[in-house]
Amino acid sequence: MIAEAPDVPVIDARNVTIRFGRLTAVDAVSLDVGHGEVFGLLGPNGSGKTTLIRALCGLIPLASGSARVLGRDAMRESDAVRAGIGYMSQKFALYEDLTAQENLDFYSGIYGLTASQARDRQAELVDEVGLAPHLKKRGAHLSGGWKQRLALACSLLHRPRLVFLDEPTPGIDPVARRDLWDLLFRLSAQDVTLFVTTHYMDEAERCGRVAYLYLGRLLAVGTPDELTRWPGVTPAGSRRVEILGGDPAAIFDRLRDREGIVQVTIFGRSVRAVVEAAISDRSLADELNGAEIRPSWPTLEDVFVTLARAQETGGRP
Amino acid sequence: MNSGGFRRLRAIASKERLHIVRDPSTLFFAVFLPVLELFMLGYAIDTNVRHVRTIVFDEARTQESRSLLLRFTNSEDFRIVGEVFTDRDLARALVSGRARVGIKIPEAYSRRVQSGRTGQVLILVDGSESSVAAEAVNVGGAIALSESLDRLLEGRRMPVEARPRVLFNPDTRSANFFIPGLMVVLCQMMATMLSANAVVREKERGTLEQLFMTPVRAGELILGKMLPYLGLVLAEFCMIGLLMVVGFGVPIHGNFFTLLIVALPFYLSMIGLGLAISTRAQTRDASMQMTIATILPSMFLSGYVFPLDSMPRPFWLLAQAIPTTWMIDVARGVVLRGAGWADLWLHAVVLSAQAVVLLAISAVLFRKRLT
Repeated sequence: MIAEAPDVPVIDARNVTIRFGRLTAVDAVSLDVGHGEVFGLLGPNGSGKTTLIRALCGLIPLASGSARVLGRDAMRESDAVRAGIGYMSQKFALYEDLTAQENLDFYSGIYGLTASQARDRQAELVDEVGLAPHLKKRGAHLSGGWKQRLALACSLLHRPRLVFLDEPTPGIDPVARRDLWDLLFRLSAQDVTLFVTTHYMDEAERCGRVAYLYLGRLLAVGTPDELTRWPGVTPAGSRRVEILGGDPAAIFDRLRDREGIVQVTIFGRSVRAVVEAAISDRSLADELNGAEIRPSWPTLEDVFVTLARAQETGGRP
Repeated sequence: MNSGGFRRLRAIASKERLHIVRDPSTLFFAVFLPVLELFMLGYAIDTNVRHVRTIVFDEARTQESRSLLLRFTNSEDFRIVGEVFTDRDLARALVSGRARVGIKIPEAYSRRVQSGRTGQVLILVDGSESSVAAEAVNVGGAIALSESLDRLLEGRRMPVEARPRVLFNPDTRSANFFIPGLMVVLCQMMATMLSANAVVREKERGTLEQLFMTPVRAGELILGKMLPYLGLVLAEFCMIGLLMVVGFGVPIHGNFFTLLIVALPFYLSMIGLGLAISTRAQTRDASMQMTIATILPSMFLSGYVFPLDSMPRPFWLLAQAIPTTWMIDVARGVVLRGAGWADLWLHAVVLSAQAVVLLAISAVLFRKRLT
């Protein structure tokens, strides 16, 4: 079986570069993920998230660099790697014409479980995700949330040490999303490592560590706390404020082109802005007809927006 | 294969079996449509030319002209549908398609025959249907020849007589000739299309990508998908064989099990072809079109429709490379001629070799797509 030395990272990627013809899909990405971590990979569509996962599963050869997963070379020892990982994609790739039970049986066979192993493990997972009342339903008749749980159960049958979740929650209602994350944290507590890609910032904030991939390049890695405290997100000599009261759209229009305003965004009923130190709260409030000015803190979204803009303008963050 | 490999194989095969059972349109397509086509084609196709519509312009109106026309009527080949009285009407009947053949007996016919000169008869033949035209020309000539001989011999016995006997299919029934080939081609279409769909469907659903993330190997996946479809195709083959005997009265002179054993590598080839198609096609529509593109040459070059012997050399060589050519020969051999292993071992060897090559190609293509 797979070596379980705690000092060996579960994922150890060194300068992973992947090319499709002349296009560089993943550009010299290095990251390591340790045991029991919940690691989030963020980035816009087409930034190379899925490609990176496929490479870590040994499906795509690397142009250069090395990728070791569970202590094995992802490409050369892909059979051993795949026996130790689970994978759940955004499509919940289930067979819609098969019942939930038949889907579980199929994946039990695919992972080479004996009949008695399959029975025990299925019972455990069905209990864990609460699938029991839906076992006889066909995949097509399950709601999004149940499809997702079934897909998760299928990917956990062989007790993987590492699970890749590629955008696991699109189009799922908030309750089902929260339930899924509760499940994921329970798994993580059992020392299962989770590698999650997502678009949702609230999901990113739940991760132990997050990485931001933009156009194939890894722009930042760290805990959500570290990233939001990163100085680059609020440039030196400026501060973040939240402006309340008045019409947000009107305030946004007035501030957008004003000198001394680095950045401005509407946030529901309020407006958030990065303001140069030269402008005091008082003068800003007077200018905006007595709106309330409060200090505010950057979110992960602010960090990623700043990183992406810096890339676009060619500057280093 | 280790026990894990066997469990994976069994999981895929039994899942594939569920797909077949759960998908009524595929089942309909697979089982009922070939039977429907069998009945349509089996009853409609008659390559023998009989009862050709014939129009008559008898200018002579004598005993001799009537006895000649009687010969035409008595042959099964011509059916006289009317009489005209001018050259123009005769021509018009042919142009309009009312008749395919026009017979004109000139006024001078009887006089010339009686005076020992050659009595001439005009036979106009519509050439727009080549097989009908060729038959009409041949039979018309033969009727004139026998009429001439009767007159020359004046009641004496014929010095030479040919007694042709058509072996294996004494009534030259088209159904006997066509249905063994049809059985092969219908099941071929089914094998290729079903196996191509089996993979493309997983591509469309995204389940193939999921499978690639599991320890399942390309060989296990291919074999596991092939087995249920091979079973289904061979069952269909047997069913059409049964219908051929019961529904169309075509006797099987050889051993049906011999045929079934040789059919095994052939349908493996066709399933392999379907898998190769599935590595290229992204949607089921595309795989359907590609399947049809492979069916056409195997229908027209395999000897199923047109005889191989009259093919130009390059096409004949091409035909030898098509598995269907060999399989149709086996089917006709067993059903019509009662051929056995002594006659068919080469076919079995060639079909097995073709199966190995096609499956190897599709496995390589499949593996390439995997990574």
